[in-house]
Amino acid sequence: MSTGNNEIERFQNPGLPEHQHRNADIDPVAEKRAERQVAILFLLSAAGTILTIVSYIYVRNDKFVFIPILGSTNVQQILLGLGLTASTLFIGLGAIQWAKKLMPDQEVIAERHEFRSKEIDREEFVETLKERGSSAGLGRRSVIKRTLGLSLGLVGLSPLLFLRDSGPLPGKYFDTTDWASGVRLLKDPDGQPVLASDLEVGAVTQVLPELPAGVERTLENTGKDAVLLIRLRPEDFNLDPERLSWTYQGIIAFSKICTHMGCAVALYEQQTHHLLCPCHQSTFDVTRAAKVIFGPAARPLPQLAITVDAKGYLIAKQGFTVPVGPSFWERNSSNG
Amino acid sequence: MKTSEKIADATANYIDERTGAAKWLKKNLTKVFPDHWSFMLGEICLYSFIILLLTGTFLTFWFDPSQREVIYHGTYLPLSGVHMSAAYDSTLHISFDIRGGLLMRQIHHWAANIFMAAIIAHLFRVFFTGAYRKPREFNWMIGIGLVTFGIVEGFLGYSLPDDLLSGTGIRIAEAILQAIPVVGSYLAFFAFGGPFPGTAFIPRIFIVHVLLLPGLFLALITIHLMLVWYQKHTQYPGPGRTEKNVVGYPLMPVYMAKAGGFFFVVFGVTAFLGAVASINPIWLYGPYTPGQISAGSQPDWYMGWLDGLVRMSPPLETHAFGHTISWNILVPGLIVPGILFTGMALYPFIESWITGDKREHHILDRPRNAPNRTALGVTSIVFILITLINGGNDVIATHFHWTINGIMWFSRIGIFVLPPIAFVITKRICLSLQRADRDLVLHGKETGRLVMLSSGEMIEVHEPISDAKKWTLTQHQQPGALPAPLPTSATTGMIGKLRARMNRANATQVPAATLTELKELGDSHH
Repeated sequence: MSTGNNEIERFQNPGLPEHQHRNADIDPVAEKRAERQVAILFLLSAAGTILTIVSYIYVRNDKFVFIPILGSTNVQQILLGLGLTASTLFIGLGAIQWAKKLMPDQEVIAERHEFRSKEIDREEFVETLKERGSSAGLGRRSVIKRTLGLSLGLVGLSPLLFLRDSGPLPGKYFDTTDWASGVRLLKDPDGQPVLASDLEVGAVTQVLPELPAGVERTLENTGKDAVLLIRLRPEDFNLDPERLSWTYQGIIAFSKICTHMGCAVALYEQQTHHLLCPCHQSTFDVTRAAKVIFGPAARPLPQLAITVDAKGYLIAKQGFTVPVGPSFWERNSSNG
Repeated sequence: MKTSEKIADATANYIDERTGAAKWLKKNLTKVFPDHWSFMLGEICLYSFIILLLTGTFLTFWFDPSQREVIYHGTYLPLSGVHMSAAYDSTLHISFDIRGGLLMRQIHHWAANIFMAAIIAHLFRVFFTGAYRKPREFNWMIGIGLVTFGIVEGFLGYSLPDDLLSGTGIRIAEAILQAIPVVGSYLAFFAFGGPFPGTAFIPRIFIVHVLLLPGLFLALITIHLMLVWYQKHTQYPGPGRTEKNVVGYPLMPVYMAKAGGFFFVVFGVTAFLGAVASINPIWLYGPYTPGQISAGSQPDWYMGWLDGLVRMSPPLETHAFGHTISWNILVPGLIVPGILFTGMALYPFIESWITGDKREHHILDRPRNAPNRTALGVTSIVFILITLINGGNDVIATHFHWTINGIMWFSRIGIFVLPPIAFVITKRICLSLQRADRDLVLHGKETGRLVMLSSGEMIEVHEPISDAKKWTLTQHQQPGALPAPLPTSATTGMIGKLRARMNRANATQVPAATLTELKELGDSHH
């Protein structure tokens, strides 16, 4: 290892360290012990399978037992689970113990092959590509090239076309709800109409619109129609005269569907009069017509104008004036 | 001849006469695999995938992927008489009436979590050691495909039972579709077969979840493994290991026993979790209805970063010409994830473009020896951690009595400020560790023995380290030593200048110790 005067000499690779024999390689007692350990592990696995079989057949699946930390636990489930655990885990541990203690542990060296082909093969490959390519004449025949491009581009449209019937067109679906002038507010889930006097100050109720006779309520309706009724003291409101006229004796109604991503805005803080969406924490101020005061939502919850009918039941004064729920491209948001 | 030898002889003969595989098998049964605990991470991915296939098949025997409305009359009394979808009803049936059904559901869910966690850990291992460098760029891209589809597959899986929590997740997915400009409301209507929630979505995602994506996984995993096999595994630097060899144990019998055994260990651990740790107790959430929600609605953790990004978004929408564009959904929900995943997939090419390094690499980098890469990795981790914290801000707020607003503002500012700080700190740490390596090689390790010299000076005795260790700490090629990578055309213009700058930043290294230096020091010491 002679180096020139200015040349930097780096450390040399010392090569594989000498192989150290394990106890089990040189000591027959240790070897026997290792063998026994492996066998015991395999036996434990077999015991696990037996536990699984027995608990599947002989343990009832409606018995519960209290186990610390886990709480009340189904006896059959836990026994099946532990049996399955033992039957698989111990096979694995046995095999690994076998490999580690008894199989050859001398590291061996294998050479890597170079991925790059020989220069001559690479050249011939390029030649073949060129020659085969030009024999098809794709470069020369530009008409073929263009028409092929066109047809390949068009053929890709077919799968898209065939997906067209996967659903109807949305039409005005996102703009409308079942709320309209005179529609009664029904409590969800019992379906009873609401008397203004039923609601105490601070109370929150979910309501749905009364549907025409014979029309069944679906999850789709609920997903657009759900409304929250909240009763405040009238002096708590901070509304313009129009919006104030949409309330009734301190009762105010908002769409429950978040204007951000459509979750149900269900958390109401009585002290602060804030409505919070549990999905992304958009927060709306009930006293200011559900104005967004925090979080990612960009628009207030639409307010539903309410009043009472001759019998004192709450009804909608008119439908929602803006679409409810999350944004969509066709939504005209210029008026809220 | 012993009986076992006779059997081996007959088997080999039988196989070869029908396949002609003797030559191939002879070579590959003795194929060498390097040994390191971090190489097990990829194995865990594969094994948990197999567990998912097995338990998932079991679940399909009873699961009814239908949103048809039924009334529950099963053994779980609290929900008796409740209207629900057939999907939810059959999930309750599996959980309470099929022997081992709940166990299989829980093993399936735990295996999905382990699958995703192992993929991400495996991805970090490959990233921080530079294993994705030439010639393994394709395998890196396949891996990024697998993690992407894995997230989708997991989301679809926990959406299938149609419980209140997962239904809320689907509602959010629908809102993302709906927010896409121009075609959004059409896409939402086509995906859901009409208005949300409809009755088409669960049957559709069921077939994607049990056929389309698993098939894709099988194909990608097969290519992934074939490439690992053909290209041979990378190895960590050490004595005897070079770029031209691979040091380890042969496939038969050592690796067969270890890898096969490890499959059973992974299965056993997953089964144990399924036995003792309740996961996704859907009977507590109730069936889905759009008007209700439970507090603390959280996606599974591998979706949490996405949820955290959506939560921290400012309330930005554009309202113009009678149209609405929801930046508060598009940016965190589609644009940022798109940039992140595209960037990850292209990273091997970006790095090689910056460094000008076009050589093959089979020896892994110790992370400290690639400070810029390591710093970028830690930067990404900090980014994801902030999004995860914000994704759980409601739960964190109630546990630690902080305000949600406080955590949200911390994330909104932190997402811009903390990752760059993490980059700078990590790079400094890497360079310090390089310096420590250099000191260790040149001055040996501290022994803790203090000696007083005749002059009265106190010194600590240092002991030289082994030749093997010296080699391990100094074997790496430092970027400064690379041939000048920048052709003149690329150094001009904005992009070229940026590249040159990043190239220079990458070349910042503490020079590795050399034998020459050690000899010179030795001369002056004595």
